[in-house]
Amino acid sequence: MSWRASSGLRAWLLQRLSAVYILVFLLMFAYVWRGQVITYDTWHAWVAHPAANIALILFAFALLLHAWIGGRDVIIDYVKSVALRYVLISVFALGLIILGLWTLRSVLLVGVT
Amino acid sequence: MSTTDNRPVFLNLLRIHQPVTAVLSILHRISGVLMILSLPGLVYLLSLSLEDQAGFTRVAALLGSLPMRLLGVLFVWALSHHLLAGIRFMLLDFDVGITRMTARYTAWLVHGLALMTSLFAGWVMLGGGT
Repeated sequence: MSWRASSGLRAWLLQRLSAVYILVFLLMFAYVWRGQVITYDTWHAWVAHPAANIALILFAFALLLHAWIGGRDVIIDYVKSVALRYVLISVFALGLIILGLWTLRSVLLVGVT
Repeated sequence: MSTTDNRPVFLNLLRIHQPVTAVLSILHRISGVLMILSLPGLVYLLSLSLEDQAGFTRVAALLGSLPMRLLGVLFVWALSHHLLAGIRFMLLDFDVGITRMTARYTAWLVHGLALMTSLFAGWVMLGGGT
């Protein structure tokens, strides 16, 4: 399959792979913090831990990828005007990239200080 | 073919009876869009909570306010419905629960469980707790 011909299938697969990671992360998160009152110190220490730090960044990436594929599908399905569609998709992509970089910055800063 | 076709076209989606599986599908989209719209707020809260002690306290105060708790219940509904419906879709991908009877039953199950989770969250966040 060519790159273009396989892009629909790849999006379909990435949507499911990211969904599985999101689910696993949320279950792990709930398990780790079960029955605990989160304070700044425990929260900060947990995010600073290398394993949690990486898992959190991967979670943000999976979430944004998932949102990108799903949101793009919704825009393509309901916005019929091609021009408006491209504008919306571009704004959406830019927004997600900014959110991703913002998250990356916050989480990594905790990891190095 | 006659050009004087006067049969009524009736496509008011609000008045066409949708099967429960179709309702589940559209709610999967609506819950997903709701969570996408909440992303900027969530990233803001995450970064603020990690900034310093004052930021964390601010996040705790924000999350404790009534409007945020109401939004929180809505978010719990969106998340639980989206997760459960997503699990159901993936099982369908593997032909699990693919027959019409089972698919309708699991669709009702997803609606019910998501609603129960939200009611529980509402009870914890608005009533019983604190």
